[in-house]
Amino acid sequence: MTHILLRHREIPDIHTLDVYRKHAGFAALEKAVKTMEPAAVTEVVKNSGLRGRGGAGFPTGMKWAFMDKDSWPHYVVANADESEPGTFKDREIIENNPFQFLEGVAIASYAVGAEAAYIYLRGEFWQVAAFLDAKIAEMEKAGYLGEELFGTKYALRIYTHLGAGAYICGEETALLESLEGKRGQPRVRPPFPPSFGLYGKPTVVNNVETLTNVPLILEKGADWYKSLGTADSAGVKVFSLSGRVRKPGNYELPFGTTFRQLIYEHGGGILEGRPVKAIMPAGASSSLIVVDDKALDTPMDYASVRTLGADLGSASVIVIDDTVSIDWIINKTIHFFKHESCGKCTPCREGNYWMLHLTERIHNGQGGTEEVDLLFNVAKQMQNKCLCALGEFATMAVVTGIERFPQDFGKAARK
Amino acid sequence: MSLAEKYPKEVKQILAKYPPEHKRSAVMPLLYLAQRESGFVDRHAMQEIATLTGITETEVASLIGFYTLYHDKPEGKLRIQICTDLPCALRGADQFLQELCEALSIEPGGTTPDGLVTVEAVMCLAACDKAPMFQTQGPQGIQYHENMTVEKTIEIVDALKKANKAVKK
Repeated sequence: MTHILLRHREIPDIHTLDVYRKHAGFAALEKAVKTMEPAAVTEVVKNSGLRGRGGAGFPTGMKWAFMDKDSWPHYVVANADESEPGTFKDREIIENNPFQFLEGVAIASYAVGAEAAYIYLRGEFWQVAAFLDAKIAEMEKAGYLGEELFGTKYALRIYTHLGAGAYICGEETALLESLEGKRGQPRVRPPFPPSFGLYGKPTVVNNVETLTNVPLILEKGADWYKSLGTADSAGVKVFSLSGRVRKPGNYELPFGTTFRQLIYEHGGGILEGRPVKAIMPAGASSSLIVVDDKALDTPMDYASVRTLGADLGSASVIVIDDTVSIDWIINKTIHFFKHESCGKCTPCREGNYWMLHLTERIHNGQGGTEEVDLLFNVAKQMQNKCLCALGEFATMAVVTGIERFPQDFGKAARK
Repeated sequence: MSLAEKYPKEVKQILAKYPPEHKRSAVMPLLYLAQRESGFVDRHAMQEIATLTGITETEVASLIGFYTLYHDKPEGKLRIQICTDLPCALRGADQFLQELCEALSIEPGGTTPDGLVTVEAVMCLAACDKAPMFQTQGPQGIQYHENMTVEKTIEIVDALKKANKAVKK
């Protein structure tokens, strides 16, 4: 299959303006700005079935349509904060197919009437931001950004903005706080960004991968995009495959590809030919899936993965083989979430602190069944009480790990 | 010397990115500028950034505390920041950290006696398929080093030592 997002795999020089233009680059933007009403652009994206690729899977066109038309200016913010353990797709897209991403940002901006767009990159993507700045400058010079685009009255500028090492800034309201020069702590929602976003103005926040889909959807049409993938999950997805596989990496595949195909056909199978024990389909925030033949043959789309008691999220598939104990896995994930909890709401701040204490004891063989019960209890108490999804994410591996892999939590008892 | 004197062009460019009534947004890029040379933000820079962005010095300091890539005290000239989160750890990152520290005779989080290199474990760097990996944070900004071995890392450290000696001479 030819790639739609990772097009550099077939066209290595697509990061240059000339080559991108030769492959119909900016034709979709030109068509939109010159011949379409903004609402019509949104309608195409709505009809394509495109859903947010950052993890939440919210319908993209619907988000754009929610923008408050009585409050101006409008902003578009691209979320390139990619920080979920297991996720590494956005960097590959930006570094190799930057213009398609930027064209997506520009089309989204036109659709919602934004004349300024910000790309929020995690601080570690320092070189990526510098690269993107150069690409933005090239677009300005070639007349794809700036005043009077394609001879119309529409004007657009795109700016990059670097974070500085905080996972929480991937949460859209924390990201907006950070972009405003504040500590990245989530806001109470509602109001949601399309009515109260950057500087209190209506704002669309979309993931890099989501936006990179947009130019081709506009060029080839909603029906073409919908013909890829499954009924509930249209189109293609970049699956980030990591963990105990032979060939970790990004694989762009239609929704509905099975775990088995991803892990064995594309990922080359498990290191040393061992069996798969567990899968985390959405990075460290995942529920742990117990792997059997049925799980391996489950299609990776939003609805099907749910039947396994997990969410597909950002499709960051971490593969765990039988050499790994699940008590170690949750110790690792909690170490991460404890560090990244922003401290604003009590259940997340305190809950992660206590969960780390407990997972450390359990993993070191110092904790018996009481500790495991207490850990389970703390995680359950956090659920549905946190201000944002981070607190919720932290509990997923803990709860499902203890429920689904009880045999891995008996270290102290066995001594 | 103030930031505005030292980096007049950069300061102007940074401020131009944001609406004039929201210049507070410039605080994060200005903090990067302030620590570009020395690796940390000193009191003078904090005061100046507060004035430039119209917030208090305390608010500036709170950002340095909140975000892990800002520093308010000097450490090794080059920070080797190794990702040891779950996906990297499944591919040997913990062992890599231990072995590198042993090779440099320091503890994780420690700095070599010559003050050149600090090695620390950090959270996910979004390069899970290329573990073991780390980023270096130093005067050249942030750079990624992927699919690493202890030997290759020691080469980087040695090159830095050499360059540092050359500067001293």
